[in-house]
Amino acid sequence: MRRSVLAGGALALAAVFLLLAPFAFRPYGIFILSMWAVMTIAAIGLNLTLGYAGQVSLAQAAFVGIGAYVTAYMTTKGWPFWMTYVIGGVACFAIGWVLGYPALRVQHHYLAFVTLAFNTLVYLVFRNEEWLTGGIYGISNVPRPSVLGWSMNSPREFYYFCLAHLALVSLAAWWLIRSPWGRAFIALRENPIRALSLGVDTRRYTLMAFALGAGLGGVSGALYAPLVQFVDPTPFALGLSLNLLLMVVVGGPGYFFGPFLGALVAVLLPEWMRFTEGYYLMGYAVLVIVLMVFCPTGLLGLVDRMFKPSRKTAAAEPPAGAVAAAAQSDGVR
Amino acid sequence: MSTVLEVRDLRKSFGGIVAVDGVSFDVNEGEILGIIGPNGSGKSTLFNCILGQLKPSGGDVRLDGRAVTGMRPCDLNRLGVSRTFQLLQVFPQLTVRENLILAGQEHRGTMLSRLVGPRDAGLTQAADRMLAFFRLEHLADEEAGGLSYGQQKLLDAAMAFMAGPRLALLDEPAGGVNLTMLASLRERLKAINSEQGATFVVIEHNMEFVMALCNRILVLAEGRIIAQGDPGEVRRDPKVIEAYLGH
Repeated sequence: MRRSVLAGGALALAAVFLLLAPFAFRPYGIFILSMWAVMTIAAIGLNLTLGYAGQVSLAQAAFVGIGAYVTAYMTTKGWPFWMTYVIGGVACFAIGWVLGYPALRVQHHYLAFVTLAFNTLVYLVFRNEEWLTGGIYGISNVPRPSVLGWSMNSPREFYYFCLAHLALVSLAAWWLIRSPWGRAFIALRENPIRALSLGVDTRRYTLMAFALGAGLGGVSGALYAPLVQFVDPTPFALGLSLNLLLMVVVGGPGYFFGPFLGALVAVLLPEWMRFTEGYYLMGYAVLVIVLMVFCPTGLLGLVDRMFKPSRKTAAAEPPAGAVAAAAQSDGVR
Repeated sequence: MSTVLEVRDLRKSFGGIVAVDGVSFDVNEGEILGIIGPNGSGKSTLFNCILGQLKPSGGDVRLDGRAVTGMRPCDLNRLGVSRTFQLLQVFPQLTVRENLILAGQEHRGTMLSRLVGPRDAGLTQAADRMLAFFRLEHLADEEAGGLSYGQQKLLDAAMAFMAGPRLALLDEPAGGVNLTMLASLRERLKAINSEQGATFVVIEHNMEFVMALCNRILVLAEGRIIAQGDPGEVRRDPKVIEAYLGH
């Protein structure tokens, strides 16, 4: 009870902060916050694939890239944003589905390498296929969309555009996780063989976990392109995949709010730590090591653990009455 | 009385080792069939071949006369065949109630309706009935991983019955369960058998438990059936005594 009140309070505070923040920040700060929203969407996708369904993926940056390139390419050719957005998302969903097939055969670090290779492949396409992607020069002057004739051109407007997307994606992800699918994903992560014997079509759910995660990567990319207004291959190399993985793991894999927190750490912390100049990465690395050693379930796992001990001890002891009743009725038979 | 499960000349070898060597038997509707045999006699491998967890090297499995050899476990489960495993298999991070809901959810609706359709559709109620039946209701909201071994074993069995299976294959349901709980488990299984008409095949090492529970017993040794009959006959069979009870 206390737990849910605290969580609700923290959530309300965060929402108020996110809504009012643009009035307090300069454009660069607003840009960073927008980037946080965009990266959170990609991390929510990866959290579905990795945190809930337990399928390791080092290819999330590739899907952000595909979403970004599709949007950049098509909007600079005059297509309306919403259409490129849908096409980017659907394309990533489909490619993610196909990338799920290796996961039906291999798991864990083997799967990590399969997806890593895929990320590299996509990066090379971005860099080398100049006729399509502009090669290392990328695609510049990506326009920002307008919604119902209202231009999203200013940093503040586009920030709210990203925030609205994050809200929608969060609601959809929340719905999914609370549905039987969420339960099936967790079953897939915890014990696929048992899940299979209980009628869970692990093949379909595995493919879906990949496709949905990839689709959200695409959505994130579709926002990334107009946010930065320029796409080139570099941001979508393996580094971003590792960074997104870090966001999920640091935030708390399999926790709904993990990606929000993880993205906060990965996107905002480096900015705040700039005053340390060259040392911020070192400090950051040490922080991550300490966190992983002492709390492999991430920041939210840590919070969870702080609240749990009292609950666990209560759970270990069934109510005395129930035990007595059960013993008695067993005895009678 | 109709035949629910027919197993014909089932074989499974791993490299040079023949784990199941031409096993044939029928399971009749409503019966409780016990399978006993020394360690390594191929009992669990037999289960895994029947249930599609392993691909048999040869032979046929029929469910209600329909060929189901090599069918995927999830499809077989949705045809009304459920199982438990020798080692404990619950989902430790889901609550006890959610474990049961999971065990029932894939039997209702389609993939799509499970995403966008009604959330619950009576599953919580069904789960709570099953919890009450196995006397685990006081643990409903606990994470399954926090339960005692015996409680998890009961939950494991409860999950197998959540979808109201026609046929349940239980691999050592009594392993590691204390005496009080054992009596309770046997009563629960008998009740499900008589009230719901569910058919059972039970692998078990606990002789007392098997003899009290089963109508008929198969004895497996080195991948073959060496004896079968009612508990009394099997107990007296010299081959069985030599292969199994004598040790």
